[in-house]
Amino acid sequence: MQKFLSLVMFLVLAGVTGCAPGNMTDKSGSDKISVWHWMTDREDAFAELGKRYKALTGTDVQFELYAPTDAYSEKIKGAAQTKTLPDVFGVLADKRVISSFIKAGHVLNLNPYMDMDNGQWEKSFYAKALNVNRFLLGNEFEITPGIYAAPLDVMNIQMVYNKDLFKKAGLDPENPPKNWAEFLDAGNKLHAAGIQGMVSGWGEIWMIDCLASNYAYNIMGEKKFIDTIKGEVSYADKDWIAVFSVFRDMRDNNLLANGIVTMVNKHAEQMFANQRAALGFNGSWCVNVYYGMNPDLNYGVILPPAYSDKYPMKIWGGAGASLMVNARSKNPDKVVKFLKWFTAKDQQAYLANKTRNLPANKESLGNISPVLAQFVAGMDSVTHPNNLNVSEFPKVIEARDKGIQSIIIGEKTPEEVALGVQAVKVREMLKAKK
Amino acid sequence: MQKPIYYKIKQFILTYSTHLLLIIISLSCILPLIWMFSSSLKTQATVFSDMSLFPQNPHWENFYIAWTKGGFGRYFFNSLLYTIVVVLGIVFVTSLAAYGISRLKMPGKNIIFYVFLAAMMIPIPGAFVALYVLLNKLGFLNPNTGFAFLDNTIMRLGYILPLINSGLSLGIYMLKTFFDKMPGDLEDSARIDGCSTFGIYWHIALPMAKPAIAVIVIFNTLNVWNEYLLAMLVLTGKHLMPLTRALMVFRGTHITEYPLLMSGMTITVIPIIIIYILLQKHIIAGITAGAVKG
Amino acid sequence: MEHRKAKKIFTNYLFVLPAILLFCTFHLYPFINVFRYSLFQWDGIVPFSSAQFIGLAHFKDIFTSNPQWWYSMWHAFYITLLTLVFQNGLALILALACDRAIRGAQAYRMIFFLPPVLSGIVVGLIWQWIYDGNYGLLNYWLTSIGFGHLARAWLADPKTALTCVGIVHMWKGFGWGFIILLAGLQSIPRELYEAAKVDGAGAWDTFRRVTVPLMVPVFVLVMILTILNTMQIYDLIVSLTGGGPGYHTEVPITRILAAMRGGSRLGYACALGIVFGLILLLVSFIQIQASKLAKQE
Repeated sequence: MQKFLSLVMFLVLAGVTGCAPGNMTDKSGSDKISVWHWMTDREDAFAELGKRYKALTGTDVQFELYAPTDAYSEKIKGAAQTKTLPDVFGVLADKRVISSFIKAGHVLNLNPYMDMDNGQWEKSFYAKALNVNRFLLGNEFEITPGIYAAPLDVMNIQMVYNKDLFKKAGLDPENPPKNWAEFLDAGNKLHAAGIQGMVSGWGEIWMIDCLASNYAYNIMGEKKFIDTIKGEVSYADKDWIAVFSVFRDMRDNNLLANGIVTMVNKHAEQMFANQRAALGFNGSWCVNVYYGMNPDLNYGVILPPAYSDKYPMKIWGGAGASLMVNARSKNPDKVVKFLKWFTAKDQQAYLANKTRNLPANKESLGNISPVLAQFVAGMDSVTHPNNLNVSEFPKVIEARDKGIQSIIIGEKTPEEVALGVQAVKVREMLKAKK
Repeated sequence: MQKPIYYKIKQFILTYSTHLLLIIISLSCILPLIWMFSSSLKTQATVFSDMSLFPQNPHWENFYIAWTKGGFGRYFFNSLLYTIVVVLGIVFVTSLAAYGISRLKMPGKNIIFYVFLAAMMIPIPGAFVALYVLLNKLGFLNPNTGFAFLDNTIMRLGYILPLINSGLSLGIYMLKTFFDKMPGDLEDSARIDGCSTFGIYWHIALPMAKPAIAVIVIFNTLNVWNEYLLAMLVLTGKHLMPLTRALMVFRGTHITEYPLLMSGMTITVIPIIIIYILLQKHIIAGITAGAVKG
Repeated sequence: MEHRKAKKIFTNYLFVLPAILLFCTFHLYPFINVFRYSLFQWDGIVPFSSAQFIGLAHFKDIFTSNPQWWYSMWHAFYITLLTLVFQNGLALILALACDRAIRGAQAYRMIFFLPPVLSGIVVGLIWQWIYDGNYGLLNYWLTSIGFGHLARAWLADPKTALTCVGIVHMWKGFGWGFIILLAGLQSIPRELYEAAKVDGAGAWDTFRRVTVPLMVPVFVLVMILTILNTMQIYDLIVSLTGGGPGYHTEVPITRILAAMRGGSRLGYACALGIVFGLILLLVSFIQIQASKLAKQE
């Protein structure tokens, strides 16, 4: 026992003194650019790009991955508190949180750099990719207008449908539902053929929010949507009741798969990939996921069928991942120079190719699969809550989405939910006034 | 006679249904492990569609790929290091404190004991940011001594010390109740022989507490081995990360590589099972001794 | 003499010194900060100096306008009650079964410890598969034995979702209870059982008069650990239901995290944490007092 203890003690001392394999903290010179990210799938691609940059300019770029996203967010918040943020990082949250970061002086305004050379950097991106990171004049957060992050990729969230299952139900796979009546009809036909309807990660609240706001844009248009956030339009308005009844109608017409209300998105992806559901609501990243699980899956991409023809249907999209520059960085010019290179055409093409995402740089779109091309086609209809000058209260969003869950399980009616959400909104607005 | 037959039948039914219950529950415990293992032998396309317990084409290479792609070698060493240091740390700190509270004269020791007990009962969800700020203030997060291995040691300590702290309350509780029941004559005779207080602790109390220590070891080993939130928060740099970091590699933001992830998890689970098998004999006696008194 | 005595007591304190040092640094300090933050309106991002002091406003809000919090607290209590009765009941039955010289007791000891060892991810995946509304094992079995009308989306139905998560929690946790209870049973001297048999006591009487009184301290230990552990349930909720549908499976920890991450209201989250901690403390205190009373009987 004694000998064992002493051996262990020795190992402990040896190990704690850092004699570990491969411990290379290169503290040589302040030439290093540190990047903290959460994108596990891109770790290798980033490392390769880092090597290329070093060969090109001699500057060391250190990428550190912290996953999952929860752990990453906590780490960023802690680093923000202690003012030890890295040179480049991301903030995985809504506009309100990003504005807090900016106000605390952690984020560099990239406008001066975007405007250089006649706006060359800014023009290289898809406009929609930049909008998510842009603060406009007169925004509610009182942030100096400007672009505060550079996008790395774009994505959007649409509906996918299984062509084979559609055929089985007697629907035309090349003619997916285009309007509400056709959509409801499809649901009933699928049910008659014993096929499950739509799967999506609606256990993860934000996906419900996504579809709900898509239909909100379609039913009431953007202006009224913004006015609701501002508090000028009530959630008890008939248009909002219409939005909530969209979900009731989907439920009544067998468009929703059994158990969708608490489904995790990964489970939903699994189900769709294994042909256990005919419809899905997911982002463009799903192309890779489905391919990995079922390369022969025969499916197509469509916008959510419009409920009303007053306003166009919109979908969520824009930048997938964006990176910001630390305003307290020792050498901001150098860091921005790196970021510019990182988002340039060749590097974006490399990333897009390696990780099969859609690049944010306009010129980098190379050969992509037909399904991915369908996703790209939807970019014209893209919008995102982060594009707006105003941000809804988190508690109201929660009430909205949880309310929709209640509608789906038949616990509440759309009217009840609308009134409930409005009550929460009124309370939050009172609190904010204090 | 009726009575003996009735009795025998009752015995038979009782034994039979007991065994049945035990077997059903055992199956429910083993099947997930088997599923995890068999999933690691399948491919991404078949992991959810192939329902067989053992795939027709077992991909044994998944284990090798998981090991190399996940960089298990380095992370394994780190996990081993952290687990051993933290568990040893907990064992020594708690046994010292428990022995002191139980056997030594210390005014106010009951208050100290109850504070530790209360701490076990009041969790602090969301204390992460506060901990991060504290560690930063104390200099554990960004040491710049200029010597790589000193920096590494300091950063590792920034992870190890909070983990030791997290195991204190339960450890002190269990060991104190154990020490309370220890017969005092051994100590008295040792004292008469001129043994120092520390000597008594080291030579007599500690060896006798082996069972309780076995419980603390297995419990905290499980915790530290599977820990990842604190590691992500406190440690900067891949070279310091534990095993759980390796598993992260297979859980991308969007794509989870299930067969590799399951292989990685199987690899991760094996040491724990081994330790449990080795220690479980001690555990049984340990929890008894601490618990019967309450 | 006095000097030596003082020196002795001083060296005695050295025994608890390391524990106290660690505790004060890593536990007390963040703990005090949590109390501090709960009095401020702070999002955890802007410098704390610019946070707004609002006194007990958060606590007032928790007690008057946050029904979801108390709803989640009730859910945690519900699962805890279920666990106390069924998980520990099952653990006790299994422990009793393995207490006799039964074949394979060693093997069972090892097998029953497997669920706690499994990662939350694996547990989530497997039970999702079991509970799935369309292709799940549970529905499959029910249909095959003729109870098809009971088949449903277990995790999406407000009537069953919470209980189903509770079942997974119990399945995962009974291993610990089993081991502790078995240990307690094995420490009861066999002679007592012999004596009871000689006296002609039946199985139930033996259990009531011999086993239970000696096992009370073990029961208390298991109860306290179960309550503390189950009230803080979180991982399973997130991986199985995400807190839904609606608020039907929300638990205190998911509410606290929603405040922290969703709304970035760190001050409010800290206040929730304090209320939660105090309630746990109260419950544990009642537990201990009740057990003391039971011992006296």
